[in-house]
Amino acid sequence: MPAVSKGDGMRGLAVFISDIRNCKSKEAEVKRINKELANIRSKFKGDKSLDGYSKRKYVCKLLFIFLLGHDIDFGHMEAVNLLSSNKYTEKQIGYLFISVLVNSNSDLIRLINNAIKNDLSSRYPVFMKLALHCIANVGSREMAEAFVQEIPRILVAGDTMDSVKQSAALCLLRLHRTSPDLVTMGELTSRVVHLLNDQHLGVVTAATSLIIAMAQKNPEELKVSIPLAVGRLGRIVIPAASDLQDYAYYFVPAPWLSVKLLRLLQCYPPPEDDSVRSRLAECLESILNKAQEPPKSKKVQHSNAKYAVLFEAISLIIHYDSDPGLLVRACNQLGQFLQHRETNLRYLALESMCTLASSEFSHEAVKTHIETVISALKTERDVSVRQRAVDLLYAMCDRSNAKQIVAELLDYLETADYSIREEIVLKVAVIAEKYAVDYAWYVDTILNLIRIAGDHVSEEVWYRVIQIVISREEVQGYAAKTVFEALQAPACHENLVKVGGYILGEFGNLIAGDPRSSPLVQFNLLHSKFHLCSVPTRALLLSTYIKFINLFPEIKVTIQDVLRSSSQIRNSDVELQQRAVEYLRLSCVANTDVLATVLEEMPPFLERESSILSKLKKRKGPGLLPEQEDSPKDKNTGVNGTVESASLSPLSADLLGLSSTSSQSSSSSAPRGSLLVDIFADNQSPVPEAAAAPVATENFSKFVCKNSGVLFENQMLQIGLKSEFRQNLGRLHVFYGNKTSMQFLDFSPSVVCHDVNVHAKSVDPVVNGGAQLQQMFNIECISDFQEAPSLNIQFRYGGTLQNIGFKLPVTLNKFFQPTEMSSQEFFQRWKQLSIPQQEVQKIFKAKNPMDMDVTKAKIAGFGVALLDQVDPNPSNFVGAGIIHTKTTQVGCLMRLEPNTQAQMYRLTLRTSRDSVSQQLCELLSDQF
Amino acid sequence: MMRFLLLFSRQGKLRLQKWFTPLVERERKKVVRDMTLMVLGRPPRSCNFLHWKDLKVVYKRYASLYFCCGLDDKDNELLALEVLHRYVELLDKYFGNVCELDIIFNFEKAYFILDEFLMGGEVQETSKVTVAKSIEASDMLQETMEEYMSKPAF
Repeated sequence: MPAVSKGDGMRGLAVFISDIRNCKSKEAEVKRINKELANIRSKFKGDKSLDGYSKRKYVCKLLFIFLLGHDIDFGHMEAVNLLSSNKYTEKQIGYLFISVLVNSNSDLIRLINNAIKNDLSSRYPVFMKLALHCIANVGSREMAEAFVQEIPRILVAGDTMDSVKQSAALCLLRLHRTSPDLVTMGELTSRVVHLLNDQHLGVVTAATSLIIAMAQKNPEELKVSIPLAVGRLGRIVIPAASDLQDYAYYFVPAPWLSVKLLRLLQCYPPPEDDSVRSRLAECLESILNKAQEPPKSKKVQHSNAKYAVLFEAISLIIHYDSDPGLLVRACNQLGQFLQHRETNLRYLALESMCTLASSEFSHEAVKTHIETVISALKTERDVSVRQRAVDLLYAMCDRSNAKQIVAELLDYLETADYSIREEIVLKVAVIAEKYAVDYAWYVDTILNLIRIAGDHVSEEVWYRVIQIVISREEVQGYAAKTVFEALQAPACHENLVKVGGYILGEFGNLIAGDPRSSPLVQFNLLHSKFHLCSVPTRALLLSTYIKFINLFPEIKVTIQDVLRSSSQIRNSDVELQQRAVEYLRLSCVANTDVLATVLEEMPPFLERESSILSKLKKRKGPGLLPEQEDSPKDKNTGVNGTVESASLSPLSADLLGLSSTSSQSSSSSAPRGSLLVDIFADNQSPVPEAAAAPVATENFSKFVCKNSGVLFENQMLQIGLKSEFRQNLGRLHVFYGNKTSMQFLDFSPSVVCHDVNVHAKSVDPVVNGGAQLQQMFNIECISDFQEAPSLNIQFRYGGTLQNIGFKLPVTLNKFFQPTEMSSQEFFQRWKQLSIPQQEVQKIFKAKNPMDMDVTKAKIAGFGVALLDQVDPNPSNFVGAGIIHTKTTQVGCLMRLEPNTQAQMYRLTLRTSRDSVSQQLCELLSDQF
Repeated sequence: MMRFLLLFSRQGKLRLQKWFTPLVERERKKVVRDMTLMVLGRPPRSCNFLHWKDLKVVYKRYASLYFCCGLDDKDNELLALEVLHRYVELLDKYFGNVCELDIIFNFEKAYFILDEFLMGGEVQETSKVTVAKSIEASDMLQETMEEYMSKPAF
């Protein structure tokens, strides 16, 4: 006997459901369903028209079948017919069927819309609500177009019932989300905002959801909601005589409304009006105080609701990021939760602290909890809590605790769940690089990662360690020694063989002096691993062997023998065979000079983006989007021997050190040749008296979008520049070219700067005539800044003291890291940055011809990732990037709209910090 | 905003699905599969929150049924937990000591009750009394057991 339904049950339906439940197998179920479908089809096709009850019952059966996971291809028309019934129960089933099964492009939409229209103008509130629900459930564009005028009127009409108002508000919210361009409230806006003062708390709750969405779209227009929201919040959270009746939830007054009001306030910076601000501070204090009071109920619902409001208040405090007192209080509160017996609270505390860690006011306070977090890593039984602990350690890491955190994470990695190992590996790799004080520690850390969790070390990680070793001369010998020792282990991970093979191939000579690691020992060690490795690793090792032939002529014959062996030269893998043949031939025909040139040491990498960091960011993929599959790894290998597909990483092409592109990539950005072109042209004409005003061309603004070139030039001196930036660090190479034939004496450049740290290497005080002097500057960006550092140069030329000053092209955009994102992500973030101060816009006249390619190059040079197919108008440019400073990271979105007819541009920047938006806009708008 | 709400049994049978954002069928199936696998695989007394892609997942088990919802990144997990609880309370009030069978045999009612409580992924009415009242009001056609049994059984 099936459970009897209350209300108006459908007996046939209950019998059918219980039949299905009694089916012993999937086949039996399918059989029963097909029988039912045939029955329903014949009923629908039958001559005599069905009564309302039967129609309702069959439509409901179809719905049940559909929800079981079977396809339904008929019955839609009958469902639509039910909509025009005047019986509530029939209408209700019709609407339910439609909201579950009808997709937006159905041809029935017109009929459905008609029925909805009738119900919206019905005098029965229950019918109106059904219609509004249906619009909200389907939410298609056609529906939005049909009803977008009507619904706001229902919402604000004086005679609308409260429950209908609630439905109308949320229905409008849904349309606002699916078709934001259609929903315009116009003059109704202020009436909607004033719903915040409505008597009925249910109406206020629903309306607040809508107001949040409107405020995100039109912050300026909705600003009036701030004092109303604060007032409302005050009446809820500050204890007074107010009676909330049924809106208290387990003794917590209106938690849903409180949270929504706090969310609304998070769309804005702190209130400007003093009385509003102090009232809000009172509310926040009151919420924080309540957390310390003894609970009014032992039920978990009470504490959940109470702390839900508290966490939202903390989110608001973090969002404002302006009141150090509140931030520290929030941090202490979360600190208490870290040791709470409720797992949920520990989880949320770890999560909230992550955001708190990025605020300069509370970063130190968060750091004091490091021991608790480390012990959470060790003792929490729930992997998702441990995951949050890893996140928090990553967020609280800085130079002072990096070593401790890395050690703990490495320790944890040994036993960590497989599901989160790769992420931990990436995080350790990023921290190790970012806060490496000495690079030996960095190399040790990465080798440890490979040892502990080799399978989870992605290619980006070992590419990166090689990149860094190649770029840092001071660590090369140590790296060679360390990998050599690590390779001694009888079973080592293939990733270690890769790193070892590459590093020894480049720097094996640095340890060859020691008889324990003589060339032959090195070679035998690597070759002992050869046969256990996969094809790409073997290919890499073959390249190492040819490099050995260059580095160590004494073992050339041994290596040639190996290359010549039939297992190599007749290898069934075409790539390996080709390498063996080509390398063998190369070693035979080329003399030592040619060999030395071909196999020259890799030039340092100039690339500034850490591919690991971008990989880490990519891991948090979008949720409800079509699956993003990893780009297929092209295992085909090129003739010149690139093992990995070039699309994987820009580094892969360079890894073998054989392809010609590698040397170009480093020299192309350094037109050093042109720097001193003028030296000999000028040096015969006597230089005019230096006291005459120097005819200097200063090229500061040209450097906003590029990193090398001539920075300054007058008759005596030409100053060239080459610079590279990575995260918040930069390195400038400045070349001083003496264009005269006489010496510069007492040559002393000095840097004046306020906002960035500049460390200058000392230089020789004498620059000979026609000679060039190089000076290096290390730059560290502390926080966002406006004024570029200036360089003053003093020297004596023929007895006269010369003084030259200009700005160094260190601008905020240099610390960009480009961020790729999809169109959806872009617009989502764009909407999130909707507070007026976050956006800066400038409309200006084009100074240069409006060439699309030039513009693209400039934007890319500016540092953001240029995003294709994001802007619906293909002639617009959009870009995204993150500014890295020591204290914080600022996400930036930009959009440039050229108007070729008017020869104008409109540039819009949105970042989370107004000063950054302002500064970037000024810099970039000067470039076109 | 809530993106979806799923009710499934310990055996992974889906009992109710509500989607607040448009998704094609294939994506829905993937979400359902991932959620059931993830949630059912959790050891007892774990915390009720998870991350899945860029969504927060909040779930809670009531007797044989798991209630599971996906939230936007900025949403409040604790309060979502209470949304689930309030929905259970509403079902309980309507069916009187609700069990999984009630939801199987009266699935349409479960949807109607949900519609009264949530709309477009947001809470519409948080007062239990008000929601219950409007559900009662919609049960206009009360019938007796006798009337029910006299209805055709096919």
